[in-house]
Amino acid sequence: MEKTLQYDLVVIGGGPAGLAAATEAWNNGIQRILILERDYELGGILNQCIHNGFGLHIFKEELTGPEYAERFIKKVQETNIDVFLQTMVLDFELRDEDHLDEFSEAEQDSLLIHAINSQQGYLTIQATAIILAMGCRERTRGAIGIPGDRSSGIFTAGTAQRYMNREGYMVGRRVVILGSGDIGLIMARRMTLEGAKVLGVIELMPYSNGLTRNIVQCLHDFDIPLFLSHTVVDVKGKQRLEKVVIAQVDENRRPIPETEKEFDCDTLLLSVGLIPENELSKMAKLELDRRTNGPVVSQNQETSLAGVFACGNVLHVHDLVDFVTEESQSAGRNAAQYILNLRSKQDIPQSFSKENERKEHFERQSQKSKDCDFISILNGNGVNYTVPQRLNKNDLSESIGIFFRVSNVFRNKQIVVQSGDRVIRSFKRQRLVPAEMEYITLTQEDLQNITDSLVVSLEEM
Amino acid sequence: MSEIKKLTCIVCPQGCSLCVDTETGVVSGNRCKRGESYGRNEITNPTRVLTTTVRLEDSEMLPVRTAAAIPKPLLFEAMKRINQLQVRKPIHSGEILIADLLGTGVPVIATKSIY
Repeated sequence: MEKTLQYDLVVIGGGPAGLAAATEAWNNGIQRILILERDYELGGILNQCIHNGFGLHIFKEELTGPEYAERFIKKVQETNIDVFLQTMVLDFELRDEDHLDEFSEAEQDSLLIHAINSQQGYLTIQATAIILAMGCRERTRGAIGIPGDRSSGIFTAGTAQRYMNREGYMVGRRVVILGSGDIGLIMARRMTLEGAKVLGVIELMPYSNGLTRNIVQCLHDFDIPLFLSHTVVDVKGKQRLEKVVIAQVDENRRPIPETEKEFDCDTLLLSVGLIPENELSKMAKLELDRRTNGPVVSQNQETSLAGVFACGNVLHVHDLVDFVTEESQSAGRNAAQYILNLRSKQDIPQSFSKENERKEHFERQSQKSKDCDFISILNGNGVNYTVPQRLNKNDLSESIGIFFRVSNVFRNKQIVVQSGDRVIRSFKRQRLVPAEMEYITLTQEDLQNITDSLVVSLEEM
Repeated sequence: MSEIKKLTCIVCPQGCSLCVDTETGVVSGNRCKRGESYGRNEITNPTRVLTTTVRLEDSEMLPVRTAAAIPKPLLFEAMKRINQLQVRKPIHSGEILIADLLGTGVPVIATKSIY
């Protein structure tokens, strides 16, 4: 078998999250870094997001996806960070605990990655730390159980976007779009500009799941109707799609009989949600959060396995790439810190017995044994999830940011952070919608002497 | 006659709700200066940045955009003009492909480097 490759940090995924995490780790003194990317180029989903609107937070200008990606790809190219393209990661794991004695001390602390590509074949890579940046994938027809014929012409919106913007295929002429998420809205405009007729965007909820600006510039600008509280109840077509039937839904999201409308169309695009892509995390038995479908992390983006960090859409689905970049830069810094800490520790001559060393090793690797070091962050009234899900008490030296999403459309509420009966902090908001991620910051003083779980909830002003 | 038009600002993802007085052009509800000019423009001369693709000789797709916003009614004509483009590699992001799109004075630029 080929020799195992050695790196300080391996970043899985070369999209916006992976690029930002890798460059930031490099800037923080880590030199042996490898990015593993399954596509034929870096940049991830940004490569097909040719529309503008990226980078307003970070660069104070409106860039397109490829422009935004290129800024970070250039940064990577200015470093000695290695990149393996068209490489699929199969699995990663801790060193086998039964054979630990066979490994040097540095190896004992490291993780082992199995990957494959057509040039190098099967690869094993040893890394001190891993950053998970695999992004997310789209929910499909099967995931939402749309009844009817299995005709061609039914795509997820992102697949259609890739066909059109990267591969140059026109996917259809008369289009119905189910789901008013941002990708669906962007595709409504894109297909219209390329000469297709978009007959309508159908949304199950009574409100849109996309950014308001996209409703305006993608639908209103082109007079594309938005059907709120509607869903697709049937699709018809022997070979290619011929008809889509929609119906209004009641407050329990069940179709109301005799409200059906038929559209003659050849294409149905689905923009019905994104799922963080955590197959690797599951195989590595990371603790996952059912609400985000991503790993449970503490404020430094570290997962339940020491040395494994997560950032970007694999952690929770973001609506702005700027936030992905910021979160990933933070993960890059924290992974660098972890590697440097471990290195300085290994440099100290150990007076422990072998047995103690092993014990310490497993305490480090398995955070389950030190659950008492964590304070949970729970979602209260009106809050669907929070990231991070917990705070490491030993690392409260800085202010911490909490991302969360609300469960409905709210006006004039205050976000209240409580610990036990004590209100730690509250924040006023005029408008909160599920489509737009919320962000609050707690200072070091706010978090002093906290022992009970934190609860984030929405309350009346 | 003065009328208040309600708009959603599309300059950034914040999506501020704007009220624009159609007679005086006075904008309220904006949280930044760009929102003010967006609101005023929107009732006089609405403009949009156009993003699309151009097919390269080997059928690879090159993403492009207008370097600034162009008048909204010109979007479809602009698509036709851009689709006629013949572009050869190598291309650098930011390279000008059309100097003056349909007399607007706005160039069309590449948004990706392809070598």
